[in-house]
Amino acid sequence: MRYVAAETVEQAVALLAGETGDARVLAGGTDLLVQIRMDLIEPDLLVDIKRIDGMFDITPENGGYRIGAAVSGAMLGEHAGVCALWPGVVEGFELIGSTQVQGRATMAGNLCNASPAGDAVPALVAANATVRIAGPDGTRDCAVADIPVAPGKTSLGKGEFITSVYLPARSDSAADAYLRFIPRTEMDIAVASAAVSLEMEGDICRAARVVLGAVGPTILIADQAAKTLVGTTMDDAALDALATACSDLASPIDDKRGTVEFRKDVVGVLAKRAAKIAQTRAGGKS
Amino acid sequence: MALDTDKREFKIVGTRPLRPDGIDKVTGRALYGADTTAPGMLVGRVLRSPHAHARIVSIDASAAEALQGVKAVITAADFTTANNSHSQAVLDNCMARGKAMYHGHGVAAVAAVSEAIAKQALKLIKVDYEILPHVTEIEDALKPDAPVLYPDKPAKRVPEGTPANVSHVTHFGHGDLEAGFAKADKIIERTFRTEATHQGYIEPHACLASVSPDGKGDLWCCTQGHYNVRALCADFMGMDASQLRVTASEIGGGFGGKTTVFIEPIALALSRKANKPVKLVMSREEVFKASGPTMSSVTDVKIGMTKDGRITAGYANLRYQCGAFPSGTIELGAMSAFAAYDLDAVKTDGLNVMTNRPREAAYRAPGAPTAVYPVESVVDELCQELGLDPLDVRLKNAARKGTKASYGPTFDDIGLVATLEAAKAHPHYSAPLGPNQARGVSCGFWFNFGGNTSVSLAVNVDGTVTLTEGNPDIGGSRASIGMMAAEELGIPFDKVRTLVADTASLGFNDVTDGSRVTFAVGLATIKAARDAIQKMCARVAKIWDIDPEAVVWEDGCVKPAGDNAGQYEPMSLAEIAAISVKTGGPIAGHHEVNADGAGVSFGVHLADVEVDPETGHTSVVRYTVFQDAGKAVHPAYVEGQMQGGAVQGIGWALNEEYIYGADGRLQNAGFLDYRIPVASDLPPIDTVILEIPNPGHPYGVRGVGETPIVPPLAALNNAVSRAIGVRMSALPMSPPRILKAIKG
Repeated sequence: MRYVAAETVEQAVALLAGETGDARVLAGGTDLLVQIRMDLIEPDLLVDIKRIDGMFDITPENGGYRIGAAVSGAMLGEHAGVCALWPGVVEGFELIGSTQVQGRATMAGNLCNASPAGDAVPALVAANATVRIAGPDGTRDCAVADIPVAPGKTSLGKGEFITSVYLPARSDSAADAYLRFIPRTEMDIAVASAAVSLEMEGDICRAARVVLGAVGPTILIADQAAKTLVGTTMDDAALDALATACSDLASPIDDKRGTVEFRKDVVGVLAKRAAKIAQTRAGGKS
Repeated sequence: MALDTDKREFKIVGTRPLRPDGIDKVTGRALYGADTTAPGMLVGRVLRSPHAHARIVSIDASAAEALQGVKAVITAADFTTANNSHSQAVLDNCMARGKAMYHGHGVAAVAAVSEAIAKQALKLIKVDYEILPHVTEIEDALKPDAPVLYPDKPAKRVPEGTPANVSHVTHFGHGDLEAGFAKADKIIERTFRTEATHQGYIEPHACLASVSPDGKGDLWCCTQGHYNVRALCADFMGMDASQLRVTASEIGGGFGGKTTVFIEPIALALSRKANKPVKLVMSREEVFKASGPTMSSVTDVKIGMTKDGRITAGYANLRYQCGAFPSGTIELGAMSAFAAYDLDAVKTDGLNVMTNRPREAAYRAPGAPTAVYPVESVVDELCQELGLDPLDVRLKNAARKGTKASYGPTFDDIGLVATLEAAKAHPHYSAPLGPNQARGVSCGFWFNFGGNTSVSLAVNVDGTVTLTEGNPDIGGSRASIGMMAAEELGIPFDKVRTLVADTASLGFNDVTDGSRVTFAVGLATIKAARDAIQKMCARVAKIWDIDPEAVVWEDGCVKPAGDNAGQYEPMSLAEIAAISVKTGGPIAGHHEVNADGAGVSFGVHLADVEVDPETGHTSVVRYTVFQDAGKAVHPAYVEGQMQGGAVQGIGWALNEEYIYGADGRLQNAGFLDYRIPVASDLPPIDTVILEIPNPGHPYGVRGVGETPIVPPLAALNNAVSRAIGVRMSALPMSPPRILKAIKG
């Protein structure tokens, strides 16, 4: 196995595109190194992108923020602007791993791990976040929602890697929240999860986006469920309808982490509770 | 050795000095199993069965042996036959002989110059398996048509007609059950299930073995008992015990799981074959797959009670699953189940059944938690149904001095009643509960062991003392043993250094198990100190030229007594030591004993939980442990044992479990999906130590390490059942199970 710390995006792309064996991008390494240690993968080449300019930058852009691919959970959690604009995205990202892991883990890494249970992903999708991708054919932008295609598989092509994540602007009366269910209180993997992003006008919900995690082969965008909130004051009836719609949409499997029945029930509960939190946050801003 | 009759004022015992291993452990200076190295050391790796049950038709290691950098490949054929069937099972568990008995069972091992080459070599070993039908669950293994693990080796001491996979059968009890149940106003009968759990020690098994061509061997390993490691490994290697020196490392947790061997014989055999030192360290995955889980269990319990809370009869039928090799743990379970109660009619029947799972290893009070859980749960349900206070009912039926225990003996001084009364009087028991919260109560019990012990105590010329004992320190024993020596010798604790000797440097010692060390090694230490004191008295009498009987040992000094009282200046240990080499030679004390009289230990736990009715998630919001320690030598360590046991029991009750697929493969061999509690899952665990002296120890000490893992299973079960209004009867009470119970 070879290790190269690339100095530029172009060098990283060339290395990744030129490798005939298994080439992997190393940012935080909190999934990659564990998989190597567990003998799950045997990469031929690791391309470390942390020395490339801009990878640790958080930059305001068109009212939103562009976040470098190597920005860790600890760094994002200390950024007042991002925390205020997209609290649900930050709280999802900060749920990953321990304090030590938070010092290294990245959102792009969590996204490219392509687990339906990744905690950073549902809130990014609910936020309509995009990623910027560098590759042999140049740079392109892509919706976060379109990156994972199946468990462990992404839509990235040979030689491509994510250089930044973009969180868009939003109104002052908007907010988001993310909740996951785990049997413990931390150091665990989501059995079911829900992200809710809302735009309020007074007491009325004007727009909503609901995304579910760990209840399907990829994250699920629950547009029908989100509609149950729009135009309502988010009263109990609306929240119950949201929960039911989420439970109905969920298509989980029975495995060592939970049963189908349990996951369908709990994902609805989480959506309802996340919606309440987002509602409170949006109210607090206006 | 009986309790000292003079009512003494302790100066050191009962205080909380800084732990002697603290600095080493927090700075990284302490040497654990994987920290020992040797020049030219090779890396060992074990090839493990991917199948739950398979005949090994052939093993072709030629390609692995031909790989550059590979120095040895071994299989079961590289060991001798063990000298008894128990030891043979230990060996066969390390390395499969003829059949792979479970997913993860070792089949071959390599030693190579690097880890990468060792891993590559494993892939080159060709094993031809004939896959056999497997069985992993208790009820399946007991069926008449179940796959049989040892069709050619029927169990010897079981009655005719016993299912073929049963290795042990046991019965305890006394009285007329039928008459007892006839007197009851209410009888509850229920079946309880528990899943296998792992000891969950942080340090994986690790060792370094070095065998020389002339047959001498050295082994450094992480173990709870290096004399046992020596006995087993010398047997498997065909070596004399004197030629194998075993040194125990610092230990990163054992909890019973390090009372046997898993990789040590393999490392020795590889080293002998390669003629180089071999380091072998298990991965976490291997620890889960191939080292000591505890049993799973299915238990039917039937208990009768009168309206005013008197238990009229108790019956339990316990079935323990013990993995792929025979086990007798069921006896300890069948003995423990009703130990807390004074009953006229009680009976327990039990069996151990073998399955295609890793061989069961001891886990903290082996057999007791899974036996006490069903009994304490049914007692609680009876209390709930009859509207009685659970502590009052336990006090009404509590075993006490003179009670004929359900397993035979008559109890001497025991602390159960005092412990129950302390729980009842504690503010926790009357504290108000919030919504979705409830409180659970359970008693717990452990026998405590004594056993074979050697201690040597050297009085150094500078007035300090070096104490040599032979049991790895798994719970603060160096502190408590050193404190007992200092107490006896009248010197400050920091003048005593306690070391764990290797097997060549001290007489035999039993494994660190059964909560025996503070009791038995402490007892031997006190005797060794008294031996040294006797020698110092004789020495001083000689200096003063008076009769040895004319001096006494008082306050850490030899003083003239009787007619000579006041005629000479008392001499302290330091003064005697300073001139010892000129007055007759070095002074040392020693003691060797097979210690008896360990004294049983009882505990009572109070657990408050809050259950989220929409997700089934349980939070433990308050927890208090009450336990009789006899005499707490170092109370902080005693509290640590009480807290640690409670936490392991909470994990067992709520989330920990071995999960098998239909293919017989273990699905959660790692800490991500084998969920031990993390710090944020737990409230502070409050502790209340009671001291009802053990009549069998000079200071009244009882073992404290195991009892605290016994009550949490039922305490949590009772709390959760009361919180959700449905009686639970299976562990772990993971959120999907609780939510299902809530929804009906």
